[in-house]
Amino acid sequence: MQYSETVMDHFRNPRNVGEIENPDGVGEVGNPKCGDIMKIFIKVEDNRIKDIKFMTFGCGSAIASSSMASEMIKGKTIEEAWNLTNKAVADALEGLPPVKMHCSVLAEEAIHKAINDYRVKQGLEPWETKNYEDIHDHVHG
Amino acid sequence: MAKLVYMDNSATTFTKPEVLEEMLPYFTQKFGNPSSMYRMSDLTRKAIATAREQVAKAINADPKEIFFTAGGSEGDNWALKGIAYANRSKGNHIITTEIEHHAILHAGKFLEKEGFEVTYLPVDDEGFVSVDALKAAITDKTILVSVMFANNEIGTIMPIKEIAKVCKEKGVYFHTDAVQAVGHVPVDVQDLGVDMLSMAGHKFYGPKGVGAMYIRKGVKIENLIHGGAQEKGKRASTENTPGIVGLGKAIELATSELEEEIARLTKLRDKLTKGLMEKIPHAQLNGPKDGSKRNPNNVNMSFIGVEGETLLLDLDDAGICASTGSACASGSLDPSHVLLAIGCKHEVAHGSLRLTLGAGNTEEDVDYALETIPAIIKRRREMSPLWFDFLKQRGEK
Repeated sequence: MQYSETVMDHFRNPRNVGEIENPDGVGEVGNPKCGDIMKIFIKVEDNRIKDIKFMTFGCGSAIASSSMASEMIKGKTIEEAWNLTNKAVADALEGLPPVKMHCSVLAEEAIHKAINDYRVKQGLEPWETKNYEDIHDHVHG
Repeated sequence: MAKLVYMDNSATTFTKPEVLEEMLPYFTQKFGNPSSMYRMSDLTRKAIATAREQVAKAINADPKEIFFTAGGSEGDNWALKGIAYANRSKGNHIITTEIEHHAILHAGKFLEKEGFEVTYLPVDDEGFVSVDALKAAITDKTILVSVMFANNEIGTIMPIKEIAKVCKEKGVYFHTDAVQAVGHVPVDVQDLGVDMLSMAGHKFYGPKGVGAMYIRKGVKIENLIHGGAQEKGKRASTENTPGIVGLGKAIELATSELEEEIARLTKLRDKLTKGLMEKIPHAQLNGPKDGSKRNPNNVNMSFIGVEGETLLLDLDDAGICASTGSACASGSLDPSHVLLAIGCKHEVAHGSLRLTLGAGNTEEDVDYALETIPAIIKRRREMSPLWFDFLKQRGEK
């Protein structure tokens, strides 16, 4: 498996690892059967991601994707965070092997889930999410 | 140079210098085609004959029953396809197990497309196939049973002698994939009673790209590779003389050191297993607990909460070469068929680590692994939601 230097850097020294006590939103995606679980905690203030922490069980690219995604949305508005795509995460990591692209999708999905969790807790309608089942089925088929 | 501890000897071994030394003249000076007339080729013919004797002696066979191949996968394919095509008039049924190497499993799948029927017998939680179940699976259409000698992932040593006995009683050919066994445990084809056995040079400190097949006299088998009259007409292709010479020397060396090396590796293996079990909470040993039924070089463990590829990358950073049954380190993303067959849950299979010891390993290496691995597991578990869920379920957090 060839990973970029950026992937290896985030894998070796993942940023924003841990839990947030009393988070404003939590998003957990993946399942143990597939070998990846990603859990993202957010703290929101004035419509901005004030703090973000994550915990990930998974391969090198899953850990690096969660780390990179957390850095990319920290301090951003909820709308900006929502618009972060898996491709942007993969690009920021200087690319992921094709078979590992679904790891970056997991990061996008975890963020969406955490934001919608926050929205529901605020009494707002959850935003509509993309359906990525295909990509996960494809790699785990 | 940075520290390097190689613990992946079941993947491949280094070529021993004394083996390489024997091989070298056959590249540059004694390069004659063994099929040629001139005296130069006498040297290569003789060298191949010597290697054949070395292999035969190591497994107690007749040199006439040894055929050189290009490796373990060729031998496995030859056994399945060669027996299937040569014995079609007798039957179309083959029996093997769920935990064979893919060279057997995929050859079986190919034969199914060709109209043969293949039974893949399940194994128990330590990887053993039931001899009774195997006996019961044999029908009047069965032409071949193929069961591996020692499993490459979890080290299970199958009851080969008992299986051979059953096959003999039922008049069915028996092949064993002994790629992980030859040079690691005693292999005596007469005592075992097998009809065919495949091996690969690079698993016992010989070169890659060369293997050997034992085919008992009288076994009816079709060629896999058609062409020239090499290998008594059973396997065409100009002989890989340097490789064959290397394999011969390697098997001779391995056999002469076998007893001491088994004792040495067993001690290292047991220290490593015991140490990891003691230092890492909720570590699970995969494969036989009885060390006498396990390849002396094999340690396979699962650490719930840590994914295998992550573990391999961290180990690589620490200078340890190992392997995993986890999907994420391979192309397919499906976890090891062997771990699933012994009943490991997916999440446990994803967190597996295989350490296979060899001639290059010392007690110092084992101590280094025992220092390094528990710290890696601890660090990665601390960021793993699966680990915390696991502890919660057990009421430990």
